[in-house]
Amino acid sequence: MLTIRPPSDIVPSEITPREQYLTRREFIAHAAMGSAAALIGTGIGTAQAEQVSGRIEGYRAAAPIGEEATPFKDASSYNNYYEFSTDKYSPAGMAGRLKTRPWQVQVDGEVAKPRTFGIEDLLKLPQQERIYRMRCVEGWSMVIPWIGFEFSQLAQLVQPTANAKYVEFITAQQDTMPGIRMSILDWPYAEGLRIDEAMHPLTLLTVGMYGQLLPNQNGAPVRLVVPWKYGFKSAKSLVRIRFTSKQPGTAWNKAAANEYGFYSNVNPQVDHPRWSQATERRIGEFRKRPTLMFNGYADQVAGLYTGMDLNKNF
Amino acid sequence: MKALSYAKALVFLLCLGPLARLIALGLMEELGANPIEVVTRSTGTWAMVFLWIALAVTPLRHWTGWHVLLDVRRMIGLFSAFYALLHLTTYLWLDQFFDWVAIGHDILKRPFITLGMGAIVLMLPLAITSTDRMVRALGARRWVALHKLTYAAAVLAACHYLWLVKRDLSQPLIYAVVLLLLLLARLPLYLKRRARRSPARRAGAAAGSTVRPATRPVA
Repeated sequence: MLTIRPPSDIVPSEITPREQYLTRREFIAHAAMGSAAALIGTGIGTAQAEQVSGRIEGYRAAAPIGEEATPFKDASSYNNYYEFSTDKYSPAGMAGRLKTRPWQVQVDGEVAKPRTFGIEDLLKLPQQERIYRMRCVEGWSMVIPWIGFEFSQLAQLVQPTANAKYVEFITAQQDTMPGIRMSILDWPYAEGLRIDEAMHPLTLLTVGMYGQLLPNQNGAPVRLVVPWKYGFKSAKSLVRIRFTSKQPGTAWNKAAANEYGFYSNVNPQVDHPRWSQATERRIGEFRKRPTLMFNGYADQVAGLYTGMDLNKNF
Repeated sequence: MKALSYAKALVFLLCLGPLARLIALGLMEELGANPIEVVTRSTGTWAMVFLWIALAVTPLRHWTGWHVLLDVRRMIGLFSAFYALLHLTTYLWLDQFFDWVAIGHDILKRPFITLGMGAIVLMLPLAITSTDRMVRALGARRWVALHKLTYAAAVLAACHYLWLVKRDLSQPLIYAVVLLLLLLARLPLYLKRRARRSPARRAGAAAGSTVRPATRPVA
């Protein structure tokens, strides 16, 4: 006599989400290689260009902001990273090749103490979590719990001179990046901020998100996050930070000056020449929501722009 | 005749494939982080693909002699209009939520929306007049003249795509180049027809024509 058993007694809620078990596998893999150091945020140096991942320990957690964080799965699978591909779903599958160890960030220009930081040095700085809205110039947005430190903390270590009026941020160029063989943008990707924007307490150098080291497609191992500006200002995978006396050229501005200004502050009143910036689609939401002035950070950053015509300085 | 109707049924099912795929991916929650964007792009892409295929029928028919292609062209053209309407609906509903002020603003201020709207407006009379009865009612000559709007719709659609991308023009350029080739492929046919119509030629050789007499409107 055959008895037919139900296929499984496991209720769906007990099944481990895919991301979680993948993370566990990576944990096991790294632990097996004796590189558990990665898991306390000091990073590891593997010979192969294998994606470095792991939890960051000991950061100061952020208080909730009353807006739900975008699912990690969406934030790590929908990325503009043109060095890999102009398709937003592709970098997640391609950026694993990016070699993030060893990694150095050269900080120089108008500073008293120019210095090259290893990624280990940056990971040793006190880390804090910041839950920020991220508004892409294309009209979509996310809420991301970043982990990093204020840019001003790094600036203190190199001591900018009185001539430092701007800061230039330069992204890596590696053979692992097929996109840079196409002249879509003027590589390497470069971004820039005015010094007061860079030194603003909201401006973050970021090494992680969602409690983990940054996935490569999100700009590992260290990226800029400027939450009141369109996403492309927050340059990824930084290899050089240069303090300058003159306004640096920026990648998108060089590509189309009439569409992407140096400032590129989130502003619902100033449309992109080809589409409206009045509303945005929050990833995971059905209806669009109104875009907020300075992405909702107006009370903190509007003072940086008093007296400026934001229609001209878009 | 039976083989033809099987072939038509097969083409019909193939044309429904892109929609079936979207529905399946939607049900499996596999449309990615921004499903509405995926639906918008996919329906727009397939509207263009089917229009391009419909435009390939005339040159293909002349090179291969497979006049049977004409029998599926109308269906493919209608599927192009169908996907274009899905594309438009996605924009009006899921993107703008029928905010007519914002939509009006978009049409007036944003060239790529203007062009896309133009393409669909041109396709509508073509879809409406696609029935046999409409062909008879209009008369073949007028019907053919009207359906020349297909070319204008295709050009507008290609420009719509070129104008909307942020930076990487490679994909829309492929569509534009293919359209250009499809239009160029008609040039010899057009010149031949013109030459045949001109009185000087008509006096000479009228008998040698190999073109099948038009039992059906040819656009």
